[in-house]
Amino acid sequence: MIRSLASRTGQMLLVIFGISVLVFCIFFATPGADPTARIAGRGASPQVVERIRAEYGFDRPLPVQYVKMMEKLFVTRDLTSFVNHGQRVVPEVLQAAPVTLSLVLWAAFFWVSGSLVFGIASAVLRDSWVDRLLMVLGLIGLSMPVFWLGEVVNLVTQSRWHDTFLFRWVPPLGYVPFSQSPWGWATALFLPSLTLAVCFIGLYARVLRSELLTAMGEDSIRTARAKGAGPVRVWLWHGLRLSWLSYISLFGLDFAQLLGGGALLTEVVFAMPGVGRLTYQALATLDLPLIMATVMYAAVFVVIANALVDGLYALLDPRIMEGRHGR
Amino acid sequence: MGADALLKLHHLHLELPDGTALLEDVSLTVRRGDALGVVGESGSGKSLTAMSVMGLLPGLKASGSIGFEARELLGMKDREWRRLRGAGMAMIFQDPMTAFLPVRSIGAQIDEQIRLHERVSRREARARTVALLGRMGVPDPEAAAKRYPHQLSGGLRQRAMIAMALSCGPALLIADEPTTALDVTVQAQILTLLCEIRDSGAGVMLITHDMGVVAQTCTHVAVVYSGLVVEQGPVAAVMARPLHPYTQALLEAIPPLDGPRPDALPSIPGRPPAPDARPEGCVFAPRCRFVRPDCAVRPALREPEEGRRVACVLYDA
Repeated sequence: MIRSLASRTGQMLLVIFGISVLVFCIFFATPGADPTARIAGRGASPQVVERIRAEYGFDRPLPVQYVKMMEKLFVTRDLTSFVNHGQRVVPEVLQAAPVTLSLVLWAAFFWVSGSLVFGIASAVLRDSWVDRLLMVLGLIGLSMPVFWLGEVVNLVTQSRWHDTFLFRWVPPLGYVPFSQSPWGWATALFLPSLTLAVCFIGLYARVLRSELLTAMGEDSIRTARAKGAGPVRVWLWHGLRLSWLSYISLFGLDFAQLLGGGALLTEVVFAMPGVGRLTYQALATLDLPLIMATVMYAAVFVVIANALVDGLYALLDPRIMEGRHGR
Repeated sequence: MGADALLKLHHLHLELPDGTALLEDVSLTVRRGDALGVVGESGSGKSLTAMSVMGLLPGLKASGSIGFEARELLGMKDREWRRLRGAGMAMIFQDPMTAFLPVRSIGAQIDEQIRLHERVSRREARARTVALLGRMGVPDPEAAAKRYPHQLSGGLRQRAMIAMALSCGPALLIADEPTTALDVTVQAQILTLLCEIRDSGAGVMLITHDMGVVAQTCTHVAVVYSGLVVEQGPVAAVMARPLHPYTQALLEAIPPLDGPRPDALPSIPGRPPAPDARPEGCVFAPRCRFVRPDCAVRPALREPEEGRRVACVLYDA
């Protein structure tokens, strides 16, 4: 147990190291991406450029630059932005993290409950008009671009029908910290997270439906019915038990990538100061340290979530713990 | 076949929604303390018969009658039938590896069945599970109950399956090829277990394609061919003097244990008809060596001798 945990941690560190090297190479070692010119600004004299190069360490060999960058990012945490001079990058990311976390938690709540209801309903009523309707709705949700949906939601709730009783409660765009006002927090996040969840509901309901229908053909389901279990128990207890593995692995990855900044479009559209919007700003201004920090932050989340999903797998399916895949 | 018939199928007919008949006419009787072996080739409808008794075939149209303990099962509400499944009648499946839910311990699955039918606490249910597993000859039953299906050997899994089937003391136990997936030594143990269950007063319906298993375990036998019961009677009598040409051919196809080895094992020419291409008359006629003109009318199941029934024109009085 301890050995496998240690090897797992080792793997995670290796992956994070690999990602950091890759990201560093892309942004710092690519020809033409000379950060000095960007910091110095347009039309700077060669002396100024030279001074900046020495100051930021761009005249040193790449491995040294890499180590210095990582040290500043993870150890001393005093990496500063190239654009807003003097602004520390790491605290900025950590400040944005709770916003993204709240948004994604809400969205996950919506998409898990929504897809469970839709997926189970359409599997139970397969080939009926309800099933077809739900699957078409799912497809629509799946194919609707989140930024467009977000803008439409904003248009309707912020301006067109804002003064009707339906949307009077909708607060202006932006984020309210939970510590400041729990109610404000909830109302501010409700529409953005629902918008974010829509496409996931569609995808997850479809996945769950097909997995559930496959599982219901298994021999063990027949046994459950031979035992005298009623339909509710057979579907929800036995059927879900067999079919939620791929659902959970999908969920783990999506959840992690959203936490890591994958909710970028939603955050930008709804003006949520989260990690995604931070990444967006950093990209827009080519603020290399900030990009570095947000990408590393995302990588860490995805890697950790992967490990958690694997652990959960072993808990849910004892065959995996012993390295026996399949049956 | 007196009043103590536990299960009585009478002209059971089963068809697909498109009208293809899967079972034409299955009539058989299981009494308490009896073990009825249902034999037939693959696709003859043995398993379908078992599944329709359990009511596990939604989407198929059944007609005729399934009498169980003086109750009629066909047309019964699913809720009531469900209460019988597992408690009044239980089923053992062919492959215990896939029949158990792979992601829960076998103890939890047996507990579940007990708690589905009786109001007992988890602790009591587990105590009964462990006792049952012990009675089925599972070594260290307490630890075995905590194990997952893939961690047990095939024989232990099937014992656990039987323990689960017996957990609510069913009057009828249906075993669908319970030993097909097991090796021969384990098969013998499982069959002994089935004999003990029969001796304890339950009715057993054993589905198999193996005449040897029937001879070893059962008191009665019903031969199914292409969705029809063609012969039924006590095992000893049927084995000694089979009446129906199909049964005769089946028994001839078993290699003899002693005496001179035959040059070629007799086989039955042709193949069983598909459900949608059954002959109008006797279903076995195209392969029968005694076929004659009046086989064109399907013969009814008659009782030429006390306790023996056969559907063949040869025995029409």
